[in-house]
Amino acid sequence: MKIDLSVQHVTKTYADFTAVDDVSFQVETGRFFSILGPSGCGKTTLLRMIAGLSEPDSGKIEIRARDMAGIPPNRRPVNLIFQNLALFPMMDVAENIAFGLHRRGEGKAVIHKKVSAILERVDLAGFETKKIEQLSGGQKQRVAIARCLVLEPAVLLLDEPLGALDLKLREQMKVELKKLQAKVGTTFVYITHDQSEALVMSDHVAVMNQGVFQQMDTPQNLYNHPRTPFVARFVGDNNAWAGRVNSSDGKTVSIETNDGFTFQVLSDQSFQPGEPVDLFLRPEAMLIQPDEAIADLNRFEVVVKSLLFDGANSRLLVNPLKTGTELLIALPQNRQYDYVRRDDKIEVGWAKTSGLCFPKIET
Amino acid sequence: MNTSARAKNRNFRWGLLFFLAPVCLWLFLLIVLPHIDLLIMSFRAENDMGDMVWSLSNYRNFFEEPVYWLTYVRTAIYSVLVTFLTFCITLPLAFYITKVVCPRYQGFLTILLLMPFWVSELVRVYGWMILLRESGVVNHFLLKIGLLNQPIEMLYRDTTMVLGLVYTSMLFMVVPLISVLESLDDSLIEAAHDLGANTWSILFKIIIPHATPGIVSGSIVVFMLTLGNYLTPNLMGGKNSLWFTEQIYNQFIASFNWNQGSAFGFLLLIISSLIVWLGLTLSRQKLGKVVQ
Amino acid sequence: MIRTLPQSRGYSFGFKLYMLVYFTFLFAPLVITCVLAFNDSQFPSLPWKGFTLEWFTADLPHRVGIFHDRINLDSIWVSLKVASFVTLLAVGVGTCGAFLFEQEEFRYKQLLYFLMISPLVIPGVILGISILMFSTTLGLYFEQSWNLDVALFRPGVWLVVLGQFSFIATLVTLVVSARLKKFDRTLEEAAMNLGANRFEVIWYITLRFLRPAIIGSGAVAFLMSFENFNTTLFLVGSEATLPINLYLQVRDGSTPVINAISFLLILGTSLLALVSSLVAKKSDQAT
Repeated sequence: MKIDLSVQHVTKTYADFTAVDDVSFQVETGRFFSILGPSGCGKTTLLRMIAGLSEPDSGKIEIRARDMAGIPPNRRPVNLIFQNLALFPMMDVAENIAFGLHRRGEGKAVIHKKVSAILERVDLAGFETKKIEQLSGGQKQRVAIARCLVLEPAVLLLDEPLGALDLKLREQMKVELKKLQAKVGTTFVYITHDQSEALVMSDHVAVMNQGVFQQMDTPQNLYNHPRTPFVARFVGDNNAWAGRVNSSDGKTVSIETNDGFTFQVLSDQSFQPGEPVDLFLRPEAMLIQPDEAIADLNRFEVVVKSLLFDGANSRLLVNPLKTGTELLIALPQNRQYDYVRRDDKIEVGWAKTSGLCFPKIET
Repeated sequence: MNTSARAKNRNFRWGLLFFLAPVCLWLFLLIVLPHIDLLIMSFRAENDMGDMVWSLSNYRNFFEEPVYWLTYVRTAIYSVLVTFLTFCITLPLAFYITKVVCPRYQGFLTILLLMPFWVSELVRVYGWMILLRESGVVNHFLLKIGLLNQPIEMLYRDTTMVLGLVYTSMLFMVVPLISVLESLDDSLIEAAHDLGANTWSILFKIIIPHATPGIVSGSIVVFMLTLGNYLTPNLMGGKNSLWFTEQIYNQFIASFNWNQGSAFGFLLLIISSLIVWLGLTLSRQKLGKVVQ
Repeated sequence: MIRTLPQSRGYSFGFKLYMLVYFTFLFAPLVITCVLAFNDSQFPSLPWKGFTLEWFTADLPHRVGIFHDRINLDSIWVSLKVASFVTLLAVGVGTCGAFLFEQEEFRYKQLLYFLMISPLVIPGVILGISILMFSTTLGLYFEQSWNLDVALFRPGVWLVVLGQFSFIATLVTLVVSARLKKFDRTLEEAAMNLGANRFEVIWYITLRFLRPAIIGSGAVAFLMSFENFNTTLFLVGSEATLPINLYLQVRDGSTPVINAISFLLILGTSLLALVSSLVAKKSDQAT
């Protein structure tokens, strides 16, 4: 497979902190690659270095096997969709899209043809003479993408372009963007702090925190097998439960939580007895009133504190019996659990394969 | 720093130089150096032998000759008075336009208000002259309706001069006042009213504190323009050179004593900076903020 | 108190009366000046002796209208020339200044910024005399050192241009800076990302964004220069600008020709003001 973008040991330091710390990754041609992280994690800095808007302190960035060191942003075969889209308000749609083609010195006829072709591709045929402020949020989005795609870049960089849209449109654009990427086949590098955007659209996702890549994997693996506590917390919802290791044999770990429950978890890491750990449980990993027949479940009793109804994403907020710990439990909306009320005492169980255990980190 | 970063840096400096060079040429050749020259010249004077030597005599002349320093003090006091009067006249106006009048007329009234100030100061002063002089229009009407039986000379009085100066400066007060009052949220006044404040306490507790930056910037400009005005005092205020700029003009053009004139110029600069500084300090504003 | 609150009848009547008096005060001198431009009298005063256009068009021994008045026409031409050069210079340097103070970082920026706004607090008369003296000093120096007589250093049109430019450039810098502050710099990055170099970015993106401010400040610069008196007074040579020329005539007794010129000035500046505010409004809406 051909590599479109290769980032090797890139570091960028500002006066008082390291924004990007020895990051390396490669993106194959035609892939949708996302960098997911909280704001301030260094993802925008990384993207700007790829675009050439700032230079790395050390390390190498190659695009289609060409070293980009010292090449100014206007000469790089990458284009960037800005967070605020940065459409030129003084130009109409066609002028915006033609801007890059003009800079390349292409002929009038060619430009005209390319502009209408790309507009058709993003479903905006006939929008040439529209003013930017006449467009809706989603249309602006597509003009920004068309403006970059018309230049046929090796890599298209996207800096949280959906951030400004309202929820409904964002959901719709996620799907559209993925379809569009599949249609044009351009390599996308997408950065976002919204895990759902990253999971839905990407082939691969890198989770970034404090300048470092925590884990680079497919969306499924990130969700099911997070390799660091940060990823476990950041990707999807998770309950964290502090405790200590009783015993560990390299396969099964026995944990006593700080509020006195004892659970078994499968883990290929080994722990010292007495070591403080965090136990992570996904809301949907916990079964409400599990069948007595299921063996090998970690079972415990909880008091229902509150019902959080949110359609398909409904949950229960519970306290394990006689504790102040708060847990979220997924509440499937198949009417099976309609009897659950506030202050009910119910049993909860989870399989030892679905818990995750990491050494406690000071936060 | 690797080569690419250095290359970028060099590019950046190039752009800086492109913008910096003309600005530096302007500021140093036309502002800094001329004023240094002015300062030097003010300390030079002819000695008894007719040679130019360093001397304080230009400044000594100023203090020893009452006409000079009386004019100086008079100019400063009148400028402050004109500034204050201009403020009093334009505040209700700015308030009416921004807060009281129906929004439909707002734009029209603003344009109407600014229109006369696009016209040369000279034309405006000239207009006042043909209105107020002995054979002027006002006298003509007063005679006609029988209020007067003898035309009176209304020009060449201090009151007339102050009127002219206020008239000339109003624009520079009303524009900052309108823009600062526009930024005052109506609901603040409504809330104060709702809480039982009367008109005067709203004026002094809400409107004036909010408008302070605009008042200060307007006052500085009005004060500076009045202090440095030559036309209006000269044409409306009589022929006996009682405005300090006229003294400077006389030294330069009539007596051809440039060194004395430079000293006067510097003294004018000192009083203007002093009063502006005093105004800024008393109102706790910053020059850099105010000019924007 | 304000339009949303109930107001007493006296309050709103008082305000209306005040506005009436104010606007009378504001327009009386201008209206009377214009009216008397058409009075068929040797003096710019009442009584009304009938309507005439002679103060514009006549070319008689006792009455020379403005269109045949060589001296005044010449001074208008000088003023136009000066104002055009000042506008060009001030807009060019002022725009550079706006870029410099808004987009660049360098040492002593604060100091330079302070210098840039200082012409606002220097009386125009002092600018005039300091530039007059400095140019004379330079002129003397050139003459003594190289035996060169540089026309630029003697009072005249070019010195007037420089003197007016020295403070009008500040105004342009401030106006253009204010607009540049509102400029979203990611637009520049976006343009660069689409393949534009620094020059193309400034030309196609930033300057286009600044256009209303540049046109507006250019119009104001033109008017300020055209009407400047204080600074010009000291720098003017044998070619008088219109305000200087009018001043001399007004001081030494006046004829209705001055009213005619005033009328044309009022007409011209009002038109210019109207057009420039329309242009500014229109391009403001477009961006």
